[in-house]
Amino acid sequence: MARPENTLAFDGGWEYDPAPEATDHVHIAARYGLFIDGEFVRPATGRYFDTINPATEERLARIARAGTEDVDKAVAAARKAYSGVWGRMKPAERGKYIFRIARMIQERAREFAAVESLDGGKPIRESRDVDVPLAAAHFFYYAGWADKLGYAFPGRSVKPLGVAGQVIPWNFPLLMAAWKLAPALACGNTVVLKPAETTPLTALKLAEVIADAGLPPGVVNIVTGAGDTGAAIVEHPGVNKIAFTGSTEVGKIIQRALAGTNKSYTLELGGKAANIVFADAAIDQAVEGIVNGIFFNQGHVCCAGSRLFVQESVADEVVAKLKDRMETLIVGDPLDKNTDIGAINSKMQLDKIEEYLKVGQAEGGTLHQAGGRVPKKGYWCRPAFFTGVSQSNRVVQEEIFGPVLAIQTFRTFDEALEKANNTPYGLSGGVWTDKGAKIFRMTQGVRAGVVWANTFNKFDPTSPFGGYKESGLGREGGLHGLDAYLKPGA
Amino acid sequence: MNATAIDKRTPDLSRVPAVDEVGVNERVARFQSRSIKTASKIEALKLALSMIDLTTLEGQDTPGKVRQLCQKAMHLHDAMPDLPHVAAVCVYPNMVGVAKSALEGSGIHVASVATAFPSGMSSLEVKLDDTRMAVEAGADEIDMVISRGAFLAGDHAYVFDEIAAVKEACGDAHLKVILETGELRTLDRVRRASVLAMHAGADFIKTSTGKIQPAATMQVTLVMLQAIRDFFAETGRMIGMKPAGGISNAKLAIHYLVMLRETLGNAWMTPEWFRFGASSLANDVLMQLEKQATGAYQSADYFSKD
Repeated sequence: MARPENTLAFDGGWEYDPAPEATDHVHIAARYGLFIDGEFVRPATGRYFDTINPATEERLARIARAGTEDVDKAVAAARKAYSGVWGRMKPAERGKYIFRIARMIQERAREFAAVESLDGGKPIRESRDVDVPLAAAHFFYYAGWADKLGYAFPGRSVKPLGVAGQVIPWNFPLLMAAWKLAPALACGNTVVLKPAETTPLTALKLAEVIADAGLPPGVVNIVTGAGDTGAAIVEHPGVNKIAFTGSTEVGKIIQRALAGTNKSYTLELGGKAANIVFADAAIDQAVEGIVNGIFFNQGHVCCAGSRLFVQESVADEVVAKLKDRMETLIVGDPLDKNTDIGAINSKMQLDKIEEYLKVGQAEGGTLHQAGGRVPKKGYWCRPAFFTGVSQSNRVVQEEIFGPVLAIQTFRTFDEALEKANNTPYGLSGGVWTDKGAKIFRMTQGVRAGVVWANTFNKFDPTSPFGGYKESGLGREGGLHGLDAYLKPGA
Repeated sequence: MNATAIDKRTPDLSRVPAVDEVGVNERVARFQSRSIKTASKIEALKLALSMIDLTTLEGQDTPGKVRQLCQKAMHLHDAMPDLPHVAAVCVYPNMVGVAKSALEGSGIHVASVATAFPSGMSSLEVKLDDTRMAVEAGADEIDMVISRGAFLAGDHAYVFDEIAAVKEACGDAHLKVILETGELRTLDRVRRASVLAMHAGADFIKTSTGKIQPAATMQVTLVMLQAIRDFFAETGRMIGMKPAGGISNAKLAIHYLVMLRETLGNAWMTPEWFRFGASSLANDVLMQLEKQATGAYQSADYFSKD
């Protein structure tokens, strides 16, 4: 369709007044210790670091930095709890504890949502409607499996692995903790979990819930810190299993460190998903899917649809509609209920994204960025996309992990499929068409752990999630997620 | 706006994009999750009032009832200062004269349904006479119904020609084309009928007669707004939108305004380009305005029904 200069005006006129989520019910302590053996303790290192609110750059709390000695203590507590209580507990009893955690997350949902947005910068709409309900759903789902493992894997002995070391990222802090903890606990493992350095608060709030739920001391231990704390967990000889979600770069380091050890591991790493829009797609809904695919959670999503492929006959129309839609996205205060795009998680991440905006232009790409103002303080990036880029551009090849989309066009089905797979990653993908046959052909051809059809970023605890190639090893969620916390083989 | 001459050919409906209902529902849910507070809420409520086509379309309508409605249209709630008046009063053709004289000088338009409303089950000649009669009696706006039977049977050219003929009979009166989306059933058909109506000369497209359930929904309205947007991109012509029936409370009206703003932008945020066809919406909006001003809800007894 021709798209002349008839443009829509989205600035000025009737604006939405601020609608901030109340935070008076939220309690954040000035300082948090390490949660080891059922209580908060001071770190042996004696050191603390700040966790800040990326929307205001203000400090929210001081957080303990765990050293090797602290990790030793946490692993010892986990081992003791595994051998003494949790590993031998009747599975139905284990299930009750996990159900209780799920219910308590629901009861404290408003607080968890507010803290998640304060600490990580994501819009309250997402933490309230996605992160927190899904976290509770994961605990509910795996709680149900705790006493039915024999039915999940008929004919196989279902023994836990022992102590699991879990290292999680900053993009979905509470949800990733739930993904890791729920299946591990359901199978009878005990855990040492390290939340990300920039977003430790909801994991520490979860530690409060776990304590309130009466979980036996040492079953879940939460140690905060930076990369060296994570490395201490990964390299600890007392750990039987490592579960990591984060960058491919760190994933490779971990895999190297684990080579030759007896530890099991699952790695959920980066992505550069292809979102493929055919000419016969429901175009307006596809545009929504593109927006959801790349701008959800500021683009801090490993399965983000960051490479868009549009069939050439509708490319101009899709790009024009995407531009209009981007003008209606509200960037700003994460606690405002109308905010669509919150703060970038950290200064470091913002620098990285801005670097890519420069790189993309230097390589000849055309940058389009939505208008509108952003607050003075805090870390912000208005939604953006590149056109005029190709498979050899860095913004097409590398994971930006921000609200930046790379758009390419294609002519034939085969061209789209080839380009979609021409990447070292393989975590997710999307296909938009009105034809069922095309959906089946494309979803079978794209080498990625999950491929969505006429939708994007749909998550459910029953559905396995994980990557091909450099996007990782193993699966989380569903029965596959249980398998990863049980002794392999018969 | 660079208005081009109207292309008087039936549009190629095979080129109209498909509509995915699941995606439409998700988008609508996003509009509904917008939180509209304080000053922006008051502004929206007043805007909604000014966009209302106050409607009475009953077999038992009398000149007295229509005059009452016109009085209400001009004096929504005089206890409250700075209130706008509604956009139009919508009646049957034989009541147009009564409404016209009652509303004289008020700036409020008289809209009349026509073309064998609400079923449209008559000949083109009867429909054109019906239209002319309303226009001659002084109607500023004509709300016609499309022949759903012909549309569903795939006879798009018939529907197109009929709309074009009614448009001609309207003369200077604005033409609103009612698709009766409750009878079209699918969003794909709603989208195609919208395109057809706009190409045939509609000034407004309208969801429903109010006589068939479901009447207006946010889903069909969104699909029609998107059709308007694409038509504007293609031709430079702005088309108005009127959801009608079922919009009875202020909260829902605000959701519609959010949808309008985020789909078509500010240019459409006026009674010239957007209307609510409703009979009971006005009083709920007034109650909400009272609540914003005083902090308390008043009994419905303090607001005149008509």
